[in-house]
Amino acid sequence: MAALHEEPAEVAAVQPDPDAGTPPPPPAVPPAAAPAAGPAATAEGEVAGGGGDAAPAKPAAPGPAASPAALDRQTLVAVLQFLRRSNLRESEEILRREARLLGDDLGAVALSPASAGLLGGSGSDADSGEALLGRATSAAAVAIGGNVATVATSSPGVAAVAAVPPGKGAVVVEDQPDVSAVLSAYNQQGDPTLYEEYYSGLKHFIECSLDCHRAELSQLFYPLFVHMYLELVYNQHESEAKSFFERFHGDQECYYQDDLRVLSSLTKKEHMKGNETMLDFRTSKFVLRISRDSYQLLKRHLQEKQNNQIWNIVQEHLYIDIFDGMPRSKQQIDAMVGSLAGEAKREANKAKVFFGLLKEPEFDVPLDDEDEEGENEEGKPKKKKPKKDNVGSKSKKQDPNAPPQNRIPLPELKDSDKLDKVMNMKEAARRVRLGPECLPSICFYTFLNAYQGLTAVDITDDSSMIVGGFADSTVRVWSVTPKKLRSVKTAADLSLIDKESDDVLERIMDEKTASELKILYGHSGPVYGTSFSPDRNYLLSCSEDGTVRLWSLQTFTCLVGYKGHNYPVWDTQFSPYGYYFVSGGHDRVARLWATDHYQPLRIFAGHLADVTCTRFHPNSNYIATGSADRTIRLWDVLNGNCVRIFTGHKGPIHSLAFSPNGRFLATGATDGRVLLWDIGHGLMVGELKGHTDTIYALRFSRDGEILASGSMDNTVRLWDAVKAFEDLETDDFTTATGHINLPENSQDLLLGTYMTKSTPVVHLHFTRRNLLLAAGAYSSQ
Amino acid sequence: MAEREERRFVELPRDSVRLMAESAGVELSDEVAALLAEDVCYRLREATQNSSQFLKHTRRRRLTVEDFNRALRWSNVEAVCGCGSQDSLPFRPLREGDLFFPEDREVNLVELALATNIPKGCAETTVRVHVSYLDGKGNLEPQGAVPSAVSSLTDDLLKYYQHVTRAVLGDDPQLMKVALQDLQTNPKIAALLPYFVYVVSGVKSVSHDLEQLSRLLHLARSLIQNPFLCLGSYVCSLMGSVLYCVLEPLAASINPLNDHWTLRDYAAMLLGRIFWSHGELVRGLYQQILLSLQKVLADPVRPLCSHYGAVVGLHALGWKAVERVLYPHLPTYWPNLQAVLDDYSVSNAQVKADGHKVYGAILVAVERLLKAKAQQAPGFGGPEGSPRHSPPGQDPSPELGFGRPLLPGGVGGGPPTSSSSSSSSSSSSSSPLSPSLRDMYRELYDFFGDSLAARFGTGAPRGPPEPPGGDRGHPQRAPGRRSRPQNAPIDQRHGEPEGRGSSPATTGPAPPAPSPGTPAPAPRCPPHPLRSPARGSGRVPEMSLCPSGTSPLQFRDRGASNRAALPRPEVPDEFPAASRGRARFPVRAAAADDRQDRTGPAPLATGRVLAAAAAVSGHGPGRARGG
Repeated sequence: MAALHEEPAEVAAVQPDPDAGTPPPPPAVPPAAAPAAGPAATAEGEVAGGGGDAAPAKPAAPGPAASPAALDRQTLVAVLQFLRRSNLRESEEILRREARLLGDDLGAVALSPASAGLLGGSGSDADSGEALLGRATSAAAVAIGGNVATVATSSPGVAAVAAVPPGKGAVVVEDQPDVSAVLSAYNQQGDPTLYEEYYSGLKHFIECSLDCHRAELSQLFYPLFVHMYLELVYNQHESEAKSFFERFHGDQECYYQDDLRVLSSLTKKEHMKGNETMLDFRTSKFVLRISRDSYQLLKRHLQEKQNNQIWNIVQEHLYIDIFDGMPRSKQQIDAMVGSLAGEAKREANKAKVFFGLLKEPEFDVPLDDEDEEGENEEGKPKKKKPKKDNVGSKSKKQDPNAPPQNRIPLPELKDSDKLDKVMNMKEAARRVRLGPECLPSICFYTFLNAYQGLTAVDITDDSSMIVGGFADSTVRVWSVTPKKLRSVKTAADLSLIDKESDDVLERIMDEKTASELKILYGHSGPVYGTSFSPDRNYLLSCSEDGTVRLWSLQTFTCLVGYKGHNYPVWDTQFSPYGYYFVSGGHDRVARLWATDHYQPLRIFAGHLADVTCTRFHPNSNYIATGSADRTIRLWDVLNGNCVRIFTGHKGPIHSLAFSPNGRFLATGATDGRVLLWDIGHGLMVGELKGHTDTIYALRFSRDGEILASGSMDNTVRLWDAVKAFEDLETDDFTTATGHINLPENSQDLLLGTYMTKSTPVVHLHFTRRNLLLAAGAYSSQ
Repeated sequence: MAEREERRFVELPRDSVRLMAESAGVELSDEVAALLAEDVCYRLREATQNSSQFLKHTRRRRLTVEDFNRALRWSNVEAVCGCGSQDSLPFRPLREGDLFFPEDREVNLVELALATNIPKGCAETTVRVHVSYLDGKGNLEPQGAVPSAVSSLTDDLLKYYQHVTRAVLGDDPQLMKVALQDLQTNPKIAALLPYFVYVVSGVKSVSHDLEQLSRLLHLARSLIQNPFLCLGSYVCSLMGSVLYCVLEPLAASINPLNDHWTLRDYAAMLLGRIFWSHGELVRGLYQQILLSLQKVLADPVRPLCSHYGAVVGLHALGWKAVERVLYPHLPTYWPNLQAVLDDYSVSNAQVKADGHKVYGAILVAVERLLKAKAQQAPGFGGPEGSPRHSPPGQDPSPELGFGRPLLPGGVGGGPPTSSSSSSSSSSSSSSPLSPSLRDMYRELYDFFGDSLAARFGTGAPRGPPEPPGGDRGHPQRAPGRRSRPQNAPIDQRHGEPEGRGSSPATTGPAPPAPSPGTPAPAPRCPPHPLRSPARGSGRVPEMSLCPSGTSPLQFRDRGASNRAALPRPEVPDEFPAASRGRARFPVRAAAADDRQDRTGPAPLATGRVLAAAAAVSGHGPGRARGG
């Protein structure tokens, strides 16, 4: 029950933490002392729970407020049990005799339904006895320093209480922390020569601990190693630091290699100033999730050894999120760790997320019919029906998980937007239903002669235009339909046009400017991200020069340069409803903008490293950001809060994709894995292994049956998304603890691997009819 | 582990730092230099690490100087200029001292600016789309790979293929002509090449049908002549098919009525053509062909028609091939042939006729060899020796020029008249030759006697009068002893059904007028502008057929002039100017007869030919004896 928080308020909220002080009280109270020390208030509850529940401290059914007498009896039983187990027959006999008076009551207790099972077995069953003993012990330990009454009342809800977040502490970490203040934390001196000893001592302890604990406690290695090393460096024990590093860096998990490399280059105090990775470690507590038992084990060990150095680090630099229950297995841990700052705290993912889709606006039928007439006759009757159904079904069913329609103010639909929606639905009616038996055709858009370096690609929703961002600062827009790109006539020419004519929209276009390719000049650095607006009138591009530019696709000129990031902007994307867009960059924040504001509307801060990719949730109420700190965060557009933190990737995230229904998120990273997340529950629900290089593109098919991933390894892979998400048994337990058991079924889910000749896949796109478009630049290397 | 760690980063020695400082005019103490060195190393690592993010975001695999410069710029450090090249900079060590420097060659700007081969700007960046996978199928096949050939054929191509093959193998000669013509010029049939080659290889299955065989050969020829086709390894396959026609005892040749000789000549011509135009595509092809020809030639079990094929094949490959294979082999081969020719039994008639064919072919081949040799000999040669001949043996056509003029002489076969002049000419011509040539001539003369009509220095201008004389002289004086058997063939031929010239094209109005010789053949194999017809000697008609473009004219002229020069009223001039071969070679005459038989005036012509032939043969023995 000892979540180690610095914030006193929080501690108070949980319970008086006996162990919060630096000099830990002697642990391991002799069990025999239990009855004496503790008014056995908890005992009955504990026993009752302990009988059926393997997770002892989380009683399934809170015991009724027990009378002191009953509790006494319980304690007595426990003591007797202990004596018997210790082979102290005589003492047991004596005690029994002494308690003879209570004998009947004892029997009565034994018969009481709540504890019947337990007590029935307690006399003979060693196992249950042990469980009971454990219970008694821990209860005693708690009782020693604490307020018994508090314990008694709170014990049923311990888990829940412990999980109360520290005031959303994770949401905003200082953007530019005061370096000296941060560093001064390392000021406390220990004997530098003993660091290795401390560390190896702990290592020995952990390695000798029981298997079930070892995996959990091994999580400590890395943060401890880092912090000890930094302390040594900070206190200018250069040679000790070096030898410390060399001795132990080999023990660290392989997925920390990148950070270790950065660390190893740090050898002087002066270097620490300005080193971002180092600051990351300092500004944020490394989060570990450890089961209570493992934690107790650790704490006891540290206290016994008087290992203050490590204890201090644990106290000050680590956040240990303690949960009740079975320690996690190595696999479970490995699945979740890997980020720069450890795992997400459980409470970080508790906020409610409205992941449902917004209600689609209804269209008046005449519009449909009008449009229908344009279509060829034969298909008419057939098409009409499904379309209407489509419209109907979408509008009638209000998704229970959807946010209120106007939670985020969205732009009004223009006529042209409605027309486009209708087109979209028509296309949707002809959509190929994909599945394992019906894989999509793949068209590859190869950028030839892209010597300047293709860095970003986007394709309009209707697949009529493709844009490439290049390392030579240009943005090039191609029309991929026979319809060429034309810009609007000049003002003088426009004034001559008859504005009443029916084809005015056609007339304003300057035929002389028609070409397949338009090049947009304006950036002064590689263009790292591009995004078309849903109405295809605008284009966004972001660049190393720190700006996001908005281009008009009517005039092919730059309209606005949004400045604010000041550092390279890695990605940008339009909201699915237009108007808003998000950008993320090297300054570790993502910003929400509206096209008509030159300043950001929201700044989402919290990532510990560059924000590498950004995506809008289909309902536009949330934004997902992937970062080089190897986490994914989900932000609420409304209030700027971070509502989800997903950890598990072992490398910087480079691609994100929401499933069309808004429930799931797929993420791809440099580690070549695709991870699938359940947004509602905040859990990892799948891992897709297969790629051998960074995944730069992810996309769900229009109906969400297929997930396509494209990678630097020159392949496109198709995954069975339906199967991946089908029978997800997200029971309450999993939700509560965040323990996940990932099925090892990557290979079953892989529907196909499609090689390109020598073209890394930079972008993927499903057309409205579910044809898969992929894009990349041919590289001759 | 530790070692690896050590090596992971660049370590700058303090000396380098001090050196740099000195170059900037600053003196540094050791201590400071060491500190600086360490700091520089750290900054370098930091910059390197920072640069990797630019790499990742640019979606590349290789870190570039530009990435590094960006990292530097963002840490407010000046970028390093001048290293932005795509190619890696090779570091060169300096001999003395551990100094390394990037190679930086001087560039001559003037040269660069005035260079004529100015590189065009980079190709336009474009987006190209293609369907990589249809319905998720085509798995494992990399993007851009050519799918299996069949599926890559468009409907149009398939249709084209069907039409062309049908036309070529069909009944309509006009259609066939058109199809072949198109095959020769169509630039878009590359995808069909394997199919056509396969069709051509069908020769093995139609060896009974001369007509089809020749059509297939025509097909092959069209493919060879199509400048847009890259035959590549298909050369071997084509070569195999053609060789088959040249060498194999075709089922069609069992029937003596079938004119498989023409086919063989044609195939041999193709062989030469393929070799000259595409021989370089396959290494060792020449050797291989020579070997197979030699094998056939050396195999006495093979029928004579095979031997014939081998000889004409060698001939088509140029005089060098003749010299290399046929010439050395002649002494061993001759007795066999002689035996055949000497067998007068009726049952042997057919074989003997074939033998004469071979004999004629060999004769033509060695004549050409001699001429080429003569051409090579210094100081020799008429005007012809010059440009056309420059690559002796390379181009058969010049030799043709040589060979042709002989014919009249040969035709003149009627030896008696100009005996004196001929003798003189022959001596005059041979005298200047190198001894080897002379030896060769002698040796060959031993075999062929007067039939060996090699006439040197024939060029058009010079030729007419002398050469014939040369030829004629010989027979009179000393007809080769070996040619004696020729008597028999003549008689034989008489009785023969004259079926040889079966090819429909032989409508040749051979007999009439003085110029007929050439036209007659023309219809026969109209499509080939034969450039190497000389070897066609085996058969009269062939010979005359082949002349290419100008040569017929030239030929005719010569023939005419020859004729004019020849005071031989009784000799059927009109007749073959065609071939000297025939004149001195009865078999050929026979072939010519066939033609005439058909055409009508034949009887007369035949009679004359016979007469001529008789005259020749009469001389043969005479010479032999005389010798």
